[in-house]
Amino acid sequence: MIRFLKDRMSALLELKNLVKRFQSFTAVNRISLEVPAGEVLGFLGPNGAGKSTTMKMAAGFLEADEGSAHICGVDVAGQPELARRNLGYLPEGAPAYGEMSVMAFLRFCARLRDLRGDEAREAIARAVDRTDLGGVLDQPIETMSKGFKRRVGLAQAILHEPKVLILDEPTDGLDPNQKHHVRQLIRDMSADRAIVISTHILEEVDAVCTRAVIIDQGAIVADGTATELRKLGPDKARSSSLEDAFRHVTAPVTADDQSHV
Amino acid sequence: MSKMMAIFQRELSGYFNTPIAYVFLIIFVMLGGLFTFYVGNLYERGVADMLPYFTYLPWLFLILVPAISMRLWSEERRSGTIELLMTMPISVWQAVVGKWLAGVVFVAVALACTIPLWLTVNYLGSPDNGVIAVSYAGALALASVFLAIGSCMSALTSNQVIAFVLAVSAGFVFVTSGTPIVLDAVRVVAPEAVAQGISSLSMLTHYEGLTRGLIDVPAVVWAVSMTAFWLFATTIAVELKKAG
Repeated sequence: MIRFLKDRMSALLELKNLVKRFQSFTAVNRISLEVPAGEVLGFLGPNGAGKSTTMKMAAGFLEADEGSAHICGVDVAGQPELARRNLGYLPEGAPAYGEMSVMAFLRFCARLRDLRGDEAREAIARAVDRTDLGGVLDQPIETMSKGFKRRVGLAQAILHEPKVLILDEPTDGLDPNQKHHVRQLIRDMSADRAIVISTHILEEVDAVCTRAVIIDQGAIVADGTATELRKLGPDKARSSSLEDAFRHVTAPVTADDQSHV
Repeated sequence: MSKMMAIFQRELSGYFNTPIAYVFLIIFVMLGGLFTFYVGNLYERGVADMLPYFTYLPWLFLILVPAISMRLWSEERRSGTIELLMTMPISVWQAVVGKWLAGVVFVAVALACTIPLWLTVNYLGSPDNGVIAVSYAGALALASVFLAIGSCMSALTSNQVIAFVLAVSAGFVFVTSGTPIVLDAVRVVAPEAVAQGISSLSMLTHYEGLTRGLIDVPAVVWAVSMTAFWLFATTIAVELKKAG
């Protein structure tokens, strides 16, 4: 019983049979996941596979048609405000209020996170330092490059030291140096947190993820470490590249493939 | 409360960070003056009051207030920031009320810009300043209702132009529903009770009393319940349409 409770508690993010339909189209079809503290889960899949929809449901932005999402044991749909206290979320495209300066935006986010006075100042200083935004604090966000905007989005996500981080394409638009910096940041933060990052950059899996799932057409088609995923490639005897494995488990079956079956 | 105030302050400073605030204020004051002095014939009437201004104000609000409310939610949806806002530990109603309140304060600033008009009629004669003060309060209440309707329309679409057109159309229905043309047409096809019901929803029916300095209970109940209803409808619309 104690072991069961411990296991349950250690899964900071828990998705159970999540289903999302848009009219007759099923975007997410029974996705279940458990992400314990210390794990960086890579969420991979082709465009339109349902990655962002799943993340939106996990963050409580989209309501699931079936199933549930729990953050630190709190039901995202049942007690959204409580659940979101432990969530840092970077939505796809890192949206932010363009007319605000970076500092004003982070102060606004801090207030929504109930951070006040010195606590807010320290949290902002820490997030700014981690995302290397110190030189652009007074700059309006709309005048910044894509890479900087992404870092502003990351800064607001980590502001309150959340236990669960859900980051939708955190390194998209960053140059190689910035990518390296963000991956380092994710690794540094992962010790006592559950982190989920969606990406279509496969090198990210080796660089930062401790585990990866591949989803295709709304369902999980592979789940494991980078080494385990490589074994899912076309040549079962040898370890393939991640790209081969990815293509093998997600590519549509062609007539040519079927003739070999 | 602090979270609602954070939303309120961000929204209000959002108005002043863009040219929209200044364009609105200039046009609002200019059109107000135009209606008062030219259309309302302030000088020719020979009476020192602000009735010409307040008589035309609902029509000015009908066009200009939707220009304030159209961005409230449409812009959040267009830019994707709604996803950020709705995954923060706040409730939808806090965001809805905070944003609406920013619009109300902005309109209050616009109304404050017309105070020189008030000073002018005091210079020209001895108006009943109590009536004028009640009229200002009535005007702000009217704007609050318009803003609540506009907020709901803005939550229905990510396109600000559509939000504007919807808000003007809905506002037009509530302004004109008390006019004889509409009520007579209703009486032809429906019983008198229906016509009375429609009339009681009309803005003009309640607003006219306020411009004469009368604060009556039905007018207050109307303004509060209309605002509450449309803000509640906004909350539902945001929930339903946030991801659409």
